[in-house]
Parts: sequence; structure tokens; C-alpha cells
Amino acid sequence: MRSVRPALILIPVLLVLTAAACGKKKPPVARPAPPPPSVATTTAPSRPPAPPEPVAEPTIVPPEPVRDDAISAASLDDLNKNSPLKPAYFDLDSSDLTASAQRALDENAALLKRYASWSITVEGHCDERGTAEYNLALGERRAIAARAYLVSLGIPADRLRTVSYGKEFPFDPGHDEGAFAKNRRAHFVITAK
Amino acid sequence: MIKAILTVTLALALVAAGPRARQPPASQQPPPPTPQQPSEIEVPISGEAGAPPRLAVPDFIALTTDAETAAIARTIGQVLWDDLNFEREFAFIPRDTYASIPRATSFADVAFDRWRELNADGLIVGTVQKVGTTVKVEMRLFNVRTRQSAFARQYDGSAANPRLYAHTMSDEIHKSQRALNGVARSKLTFDSDRDGERMAGTVQNRSIKEIYICDYDGENQRRVTVGRTLNIAPRWSPDGRSIAYTSYRRGGANIFISNIFQGTLDEVTKGEKVGENWLPAWSPDGTRVAFSSTRDGNPEIYVANRDGSNLRRITNHPGIDITPTWSPSGTQIAFTSDRSGTPQIYVVGIDGLGLAKKTAESYCDRPTWSPAPYNEIAFASRSGPGFDIKVLDLATGASRALTFGEGTNESPAFSPNGRHLVFTSTRSGKAQVFTMARDGKDVRQITRTGNNEKPDWSR
Repeated sequence: MRSVRPALILIPVLLVLTAAACGKKKPPVARPAPPPPSVATTTAPSRPPAPPEPVAEPTIVPPEPVRDDAISAASLDDLNKNSPLKPAYFDLDSSDLTASAQRALDENAALLKRYASWSITVEGHCDERGTAEYNLALGERRAIAARAYLVSLGIPADRLRTVSYGKEFPFDPGHDEGAFAKNRRAHFVITAK
Repeated sequence: MIKAILTVTLALALVAAGPRARQPPASQQPPPPTPQQPSEIEVPISGEAGAPPRLAVPDFIALTTDAETAAIARTIGQVLWDDLNFEREFAFIPRDTYASIPRATSFADVAFDRWRELNADGLIVGTVQKVGTTVKVEMRLFNVRTRQSAFARQYDGSAANPRLYAHTMSDEIHKSQRALNGVARSKLTFDSDRDGERMAGTVQNRSIKEIYICDYDGENQRRVTVGRTLNIAPRWSPDGRSIAYTSYRRGGANIFISNIFQGTLDEVTKGEKVGENWLPAWSPDGTRVAFSSTRDGNPEIYVANRDGSNLRRITNHPGIDITPTWSPSGTQIAFTSDRSGTPQIYVVGIDGLGLAKKTAESYCDRPTWSPAPYNEIAFASRSGPGFDIKVLDLATGASRALTFGEGTNESPAFSPNGRHLVFTSTRSGKAQVFTMARDGKDVRQITRTGNNEKPDWSR
């Protein structure tokens, strides 16, 4: 009984495969040859039709290994080097989330929902136009603001640690507004996946 | 006298300790120089009516003929000149005029007439003699008019750091002649990224910062932490034996104390759910530490014993409260708060009562309370694109600027006698540590390599 069932299933499968193989190839040799055009050949016996191609089982190609995407394949270091999580930028002296910061966080939240095992450190950073001491607290405010927004979008709070680095680790060492704008941010580091 | 001996011991221990964090205990240090003071009457030398006394400080006399003794004698004379000049209590006969005067070979053949012609009121004569592996240093301050010794000291000790003899003499001369606590033996501390080491476990190109110390004049710069992380904002304990600072070695920011002569480390804030902890400040008696912490959800000022016990919360406001500093009496704390919308300086009693806003500028931070007799708080104040150092007189409420837009200027701290400040400035490019007099003059660059920030001055 046990061995019967696979056989029963195999038969239609083979039939289908065969039909597919025949239909696909449509070898011209299987077609009846056109009538000979000349008188000289009228007496000559017509060539017998070529036999159909033998039914061959298609060779099985092993499937591609399952790689869902580049993100989950990358190492933590590589991930953080080109982080899929976008920084949320802030205005001078402010820890309020701007519309563009919220858009960045919306995208981050979607990613964090997709990769539900990730743990994240939200780093708060400031530019050099604030003082070193107050910036430690301002950076914390920025990290907390970003974290709270992600939590409001359904990311579990226990996946999101915060730390403030004040102005100790500028991303851009320049001294112009372009650099300052890059340095006022909540920055996301993936710490576990 | 006992205090003087102790101070000499401490300073020598500092000098003799090897580089980097792990120093042997003080008991293993070479013996300190023993002052053996001649019993002469100490009389202050005065200048012309109202003017500061005019001093001449020629190189010390090498009584032994080897090159090391000659070098020590030269160093002591020059450093003593610098130390005395730093407090501006004396006027100085320029050194380049000394060449015209025959050099003394002992205390017995000083050409007083010639020094008097140069208009000197006081003359410091010193000798250095090598005795085995140690040196004997004698110093006399003569009243040039009377030719009497007004002040004399003798020291025996290691030849390792001749500068320390000069620093000790300078402090003793200031004490005896001007009733002033000099700062020649005091030390600075600051954070620096000068070694270019990278923070472990990060993918960003981040330089760690470690804690460094040096003499008040920038000499003998040495690293005292090995955290391989961010160690910032150091503060000397009042006894000069420990440094409290903010360290990220546990991931978040926490308060650590390095006992730099024992090579041990204390954690003031440890355990679960302590939040971020920043910017410790020692109570004047050294038993307690004030700092800012988010342990209750928001940056507030707390006070704890130096082992972290007996924690008490001082502030309670949803704004940011950070960077505390103690009043000299230990009864009040000044700190930065943005509860009014912008960061400003506030003062509150150690019991949490009597809160008062002290500044109304665009942005103020890092208050530092001056030692007595000055009743002032120095702070960084936003002035245009950067910051300048200002000093607030608590009696009048008036504040005066000490810097005027030369780069950005931050993180002031007072010298132990209140007559000088140390601060960070970008006026020479990167952030560097500078000192200046309390009137903003006599600006001196202390550091030159890497970024050096958030300094403090030992008591």
C-alpha cells in the first residue's frame, strides 16, 4: 500500500511531463513530409516518418540556496557600516522630531518589524555649536525622542537601548552647517540580530 | 610645616610615578626631600611705596661640577622665575640684564651693590649640590638693601624632577612674602584623544578619549586611564589623589573614580537601571560626589557618598539638569538647567531648597564655583557662533567676559587660589587646554596634540 501511492502519483506526473516534453519540442521530423514536388520522385517511396523523440526525464536542477536578502545575510559590522536604518536628523539645540526625521523613523520601524530579532542602540549625537556638558543631556533627549517614536509605531521598547555621546563623536569633522547638520542625529546601531 | 611636608611628599610621589595608569603605592616612592629650615626671621620684602617688590632670580649656583648638577641648577632658577611670575605678585628684573653682574659662587660673595644698581628689592640666590644619588638645594631670598636673608629654605631629595624644588620654593615664597597660596604644585587634568586609539566594538571611525594629568604649567603630561572607551570630564578630588570622571566602559555613561596612586578604580554608579550618569563634582570635603543622572527618567542632579551610597536627589524638574558644581562651603550646588527653555545657570541648596536662576543669557553651561575669597561662578556663554568664558559675581549679579571670540571657549575651572582659570579653546585650531588669569590676561596654551578638553584644576 505504501509503495503504491507514490507510484500512482508518479504516473500522471510522468504523463504530464511527457506531454509537456512532446508539445514543447515539436520536432519537425514528426510532421509528415511535404509531397514531393517533382514527377521524378513520384514513384519513389516516401520516407517513413521519423520516430518520436524518446521520452526523457528532465534533469533536476538543485534549487538556489535560500537567501532571503542581502540584509539578513550581512554581518553586524557590515550592516552597521552601510546601515539600512536611517539616522534621524535634528535642528540646532532641539530634540523635537522634524517631519523628515519622522519619515526616516517610519522606514526604520518598518525594517525593525521585518527583522524582529534585531536589537538596536539608539545613539544621540550633537554638533559642536552646543557645549560639551549640556550636549550629553541633549543627545540623550534626541535618542529618547527617536526611541519613543519607534515604540509608538509598535517596536518593543526592550529592543531599543539609548546612549548619548554628546558632541564627542562627530560624524563629519567639518566646522560648517553641512557638517553640523550631519552631526545632530539619532544614529542607529544594530547590536544583535 | 607638617602640611608642607605632606604636600612635598605628594608632589614627589606624582613626579616619581611611572607613566600610564598603574602606579605603585605611595609607600614605594623614593623618600621625599626633607626641609631643614634655617631658623631665620622671615620678613616680607617690600617694594617702593605701593609698587610690588622687584625681584631678581638668577640661575642657581652648582656647587658640584658635573653636568647634571649644572642642568638642575639652571632648571630650578628658570622654573622658579616662571612660577613666581605666574602670580604677578612681584616685579622682575629682566633676566637678560643679569649677565653684567658677576655670578656668585656661594651665599658669601653676592654682589649686592650691583643688584641694587639694577633696582632689585629682593634677590633669590640658590645652590645645588649633588650628594650621592640625591641633591641638596638651598635657597635664600635676600633683602638687597639690608643684605639680610628674608627667607631661606633647604631641601634634600631625588634629582628626578628639579622642577618640583622650584614649585615648592615658589609656593613657600608666596606664602611667606605675600600671604598667598600659590599654585605651582597644583595639577591639571583633562580628557584627550591624542593617542588616536579607536573605540572597541564600533564600526564608526571613533577616537577614544582618556584622562590625562599635568603640572599647572603643562609639564609632565601623563595619561592615567586605560579604558579603551570614552573617558571624559575629569575632576580632581580635593586631596589630589583621585580623579572622578564620566566613563562609557559599561556601555552607557557612568561615574568612575580612579585612585591614581593606588592604581584602583571605584564605580560610583553601578547596577541595573541606573540610567545615564554624567559629570561628577566633588564636595569640598571630598566625601561626596554630585552628578547628573537619568535613573528616574530625566536628567536630575543627585548627591551620593563617593562609594555611591546615601544617594539623594537634589532637583525635580522635567527639564535637563546637568553639570553640578559645589559652593566652597558645601551648602549649595550650581548647575545648568534648560527648564526656562534655554540652558541657564541655577543655584540650589544641598537640601534641594532655595532654587534661584542666576543667568539670563542666550545659552550658559558648565558652571564652576570659585574658591574663597571670590564669590563667583565661571561658565561658558554663547556669544555668536561659539562660546566665551564669563564670570558671574554672585554678590552683584553682574557678569564679565574673560574671552572675546578667540575660537570657541568652554569648560572653565578655577585654580585653587581662585586667581586663574583653565578652559578649553579652539583658538589655535583643535580644542586645546589653556590657562588664564582671572582678569582674562596671561593666556597660556597647555596642550598641543590631539583634542584636549573639559579640564579641571586640582585643589
